Amino acid sequence: MPEWDSAEMMNVAAARELHDGDVCLVGVGPPNLAANLARRTHAPNCRLVYESGAIDAKPRRLPLSIGDDDLAATATAVVSVPEMFNFWVGAGRIDVGFLGAAQIDRFGNINTTVIGAHAHPKVRLPGAGGAPEIAAAARRVIVIVKQSPRTFVETVDFVSSVGYGPTGRERVAPGAGPTRVITDHGVLEPDPSTNELTLTRLHPGVTVEQAVATTGWVLKVAEGIQEVPAPTTAELTALRGLRNREASDA
Amino acid sequence: MPSPAPPGTITALSEAIAEHVHDGDTVALEGFTHLIPFAAAHEIARQGRRHLTLVRMTPDLVYDQLIGLGVADRLVFSYGGNPGVGSLHRLRDAVENSWPHPLAVQEHSHAGLANAYSAGAARLPFAVLRGYRGTDLERQRDIISSVTCPFTGEELAAVKAVNPDVTVIHAQLADRDGNVMLWGITGVQREAVLAADRAIVTVEQVVDEFPERTGAVILPNWVLSAVCVVPNGAWPSYAAGYSVRDNDFYQRWDAIARDRDSFLAWAADNDLKESADA
Repeated sequence: MPEWDSAEMMNVAAARELHDGDVCLVGVGPPNLAANLARRTHAPNCRLVYESGAIDAKPRRLPLSIGDDDLAATATAVVSVPEMFNFWVGAGRIDVGFLGAAQIDRFGNINTTVIGAHAHPKVRLPGAGGAPEIAAAARRVIVIVKQSPRTFVETVDFVSSVGYGPTGRERVAPGAGPTRVITDHGVLEPDPSTNELTLTRLHPGVTVEQAVATTGWVLKVAEGIQEVPAPTTAELTALRGLRNREASDA
Repeated sequence: MPSPAPPGTITALSEAIAEHVHDGDTVALEGFTHLIPFAAAHEIARQGRRHLTLVRMTPDLVYDQLIGLGVADRLVFSYGGNPGVGSLHRLRDAVENSWPHPLAVQEHSHAGLANAYSAGAARLPFAVLRGYRGTDLERQRDIISSVTCPFTGEELAAVKAVNPDVTVIHAQLADRDGNVMLWGITGVQREAVLAADRAIVTVEQVVDEFPERTGAVILPNWVLSAVCVVPNGAWPSYAAGYSVRDNDFYQRWDAIARDRDSFLAWAADNDLKESADA
């Protein structure tokens, strides 16, 4: 078994959440890596939709931005941004949306806007982008985020995208909400009755104590916690090829 | 509404900016990663425009530069990062530290701002969407509110229309009558042009006749105020069929913009005016 690091484990675990045939809305950063990894491994027929308007994009290399020409050139259709958000995302045609987070709370509410007060922020973050509508309308939302007490917080400074609401019971949007949170330590899933994010799986070599220590709230841990299978050689080869921007045969 | 451009009139970029972009205007420079009108932005800075309200879904490097140069008093946007790289440091310095002066912010989601342009293009006062519910973006009541559907009773988000004084875009082609054609990722440019009072387009090339192209957007000359030939006017963004995105410059910008002195040195090297009050 080859060597791998926790970031690679996180990317691989995220990619495994995509099923073959899923329609996946892809954003910049780790989601882009995960979606393209899935397409090069177990889900060759997943359909990649980029918010820049490219539908069924088949990038030959990992795109560096969501507006790379390769996406438009390989897409079945390229639509305008209003059409993308109204007719495709908002209308519920997306199976899976991947999101990142600067802060996330126990009910999966996400902040990508500011640290501190909105009027006078300590840190001005990029903002909402496409995430609020993806969080609302995608059938499943998968959050990819490294665990730390600064990121996994009791209360987010700003709700950019809604998970299950302030107490876990306020979700009104049509999609299921954040069904998985993939971290560098393991996988969190909402408790079926309370929607509280609960640690259900650990990556190989990670302890429950580590996951608890890097969470800013008292983390619930599922009984009979399972271990995530380590990355396979095929997954690692594909992941590293993507990161090195090697072209695929497809 | 703009007066019809006399057929065949192609103007110099400096004249178009001088005539159509004024201090205090609300200005939208659109292009979603692709076809970002950098050359026009730099001309706006060189002519020393001040107190602009800048509207753009993704501020990108183009507004990081204008904000650092002190051109803007207000920013209306939906995603303010350097895609795939990280922060927009001039935007952050303006919001966090008021450098070179305070920058007021109105922010949307992509869906919100795209719909605000669409309503603007339709000359409707607002647009309706399902997003925003439960987010803190809703607290900006002057631009985001709610409305009840008169047919179903469903409560929906309402977003105030955006109608720029002037929209600037970059496109691949103009014909000799000043009609414009763009293709590839066409973002929200059609909506931004039709929402504006005046519109300026920079193009790669003028041709006698447009080629056949699936999915192209064509803007008739009578909705445009000026068309200017500016080859490579989208660099370091790109124009499909003419150039590729200069990803290295997007990476390098992180170091240039991180520090005020290196930013000002970049501005001086590129003959861009520093902020008067920097």
